[in-house]
Amino acid sequence: MAGTDIHRSVETVFRIEQARLIAGLTRMVRDVGLAEELAQDALVTALSEWPRTGVPDNPGAWLMTTAKRRAIDRLRRAHMQERKHAEIGRDLDEARDDDVARIDAALDDDIGDDLLNLIFIACHPVLSPDARVTLTLRLIAGLSTEEIARAFLATEPTIAQRISRAKKTLHDSAAAYEAPRGEERDRRLASVLEVIYLIFNEGYAATAGDDLIRADLCGEAQRLGRILTGIAPNEPEAFGLLALMEIQASRLKARVGPDGEAIMLPEQNRALWDHLLIHHGLETLARAEALGGADGAYALQAAIAACHGRARTAADTDWPRIAALYDRLRAVTPSPVVDLNRAVAHSMAFGPEAGLELLQPLEAQAIMRDYLPLPAAKGDFLYRAGRYPQARAAFEAAASLSRNAAERNFLLKRAAACGPARPVTRE
Amino acid sequence: MRVMVMVKATKDSEEGVMPGPELFEAMGKFNEELVKAGIMLNGDGLKPSSQGKRIAFDGPKRTVIDGPFAETRELVAGFWVWEVKDMAEAIEWAKRCPNPMPGPSELEIRPFYEMADFADVLTPEIVERDGRLRDQLKDR
Repeated sequence: MAGTDIHRSVETVFRIEQARLIAGLTRMVRDVGLAEELAQDALVTALSEWPRTGVPDNPGAWLMTTAKRRAIDRLRRAHMQERKHAEIGRDLDEARDDDVARIDAALDDDIGDDLLNLIFIACHPVLSPDARVTLTLRLIAGLSTEEIARAFLATEPTIAQRISRAKKTLHDSAAAYEAPRGEERDRRLASVLEVIYLIFNEGYAATAGDDLIRADLCGEAQRLGRILTGIAPNEPEAFGLLALMEIQASRLKARVGPDGEAIMLPEQNRALWDHLLIHHGLETLARAEALGGADGAYALQAAIAACHGRARTAADTDWPRIAALYDRLRAVTPSPVVDLNRAVAHSMAFGPEAGLELLQPLEAQAIMRDYLPLPAAKGDFLYRAGRYPQARAAFEAAASLSRNAAERNFLLKRAAACGPARPVTRE
Repeated sequence: MRVMVMVKATKDSEEGVMPGPELFEAMGKFNEELVKAGIMLNGDGLKPSSQGKRIAFDGPKRTVIDGPFAETRELVAGFWVWEVKDMAEAIEWAKRCPNPMPGPSELEIRPFYEMADFADVLTPEIVERDGRLRDQLKDR
């Protein structure tokens, strides 16, 4: 194999292995920063040795053994210092044997537990949400600082600093390394799911004109979701979240038109939907439900997305079911945004007047005053109810709240379609 | 990037020889690894070509040909669909697969076309028609 091929092969192996390496090493040394350094050291060693010796049969195990040896060297050095300082009469060899035994035990245990714990650490509540997202992408998804910076439209030094601060915060908080149990585990898992969904939405919000790497965040989030369901196969909400992301992501290609304009669900070309992803998403949702998670917040949202995914045409959409799912979602996660979507679903299932009725209490809420989707939905309901002058006013109000030219044009087009003389049908 | 990884047929697979318990276990373990790595989307084994059919096209003519088919090495005995970062990652994972057959065998990795690859070829009308077809196929 030529040198560059070997180099590429080493880097690919490392990319595949690094999360597990760092996870196993973190258990040993209880410090993600140090664990990452040890993993990097192993990579450097591989880069210098593999071109001579060839890629070993089990490259992952080779990297782990190399990193482990480094870890033992460090621990031994730390012990020597400790002994010097405290003059503990403990035999060095014995100490080393203890470490080796501990490290061997750590490596023999299910690597999945280590990885899950590393995810828990990266998403630890002592870190800010930004730091959690960054550290998860760095340690679990294996993105470089540069890739993360580009994805979040930040500079590399900003991201590098965020990572090193996060590592320091974790270093100073020894409890962060304890595997969570019981209720604490549920809370920590909720934080993990939130971080993954944040990453997904960051990518989902990016449109066709944006840097591809931003949209790739959707892919990274799904991969994280798949890893999580693989190593925590009894967590219904992990499956619920994955199903939600997969079904939403199945529409990525269909939601932006040739001129970069947003295309709403009913107008999307369903040929552009990723049907394999929908299929996988539906199976994942079924798994969440089978685990007793049908009323989880993510599973309910996935079930709603699935109603669209199953519909062959927009007209086939099972709106009464979607309306019923929103009724349940509202009970699990009450929020004005859920209520607004619920109003839309009810308007589709039971007519525009039903939607308008559900909008009323929302309009009174201060928090919704400048929330564009509210007047946009209201305009749509009024239009469908044949109340054109009022619909026009609502669309114009929505357009005035928009900061995006394509969106504003779309809303103004809908306002113009309410012209009093002759209502124009929607394109 | 999405790839299909095809397990090429061998004399054994064409004769319907089932994998022994050891291979079965090794393959199960490999599949588990793929799931835990978050790259597995789909995968399955295919019955021998003796149970397959071919439809040959020649202008308006269609001829149904019964299996088995001769060129064993070109046949597919199983497949995965993986979502990977790039081809290098797909190769690395494919190398980790246990030999899927008792004797020498081959995996073939083929990237999926993406919509962007068709941008110049497809008119909106074709995309639209393609969509109606797929809609009918879905939900079987």
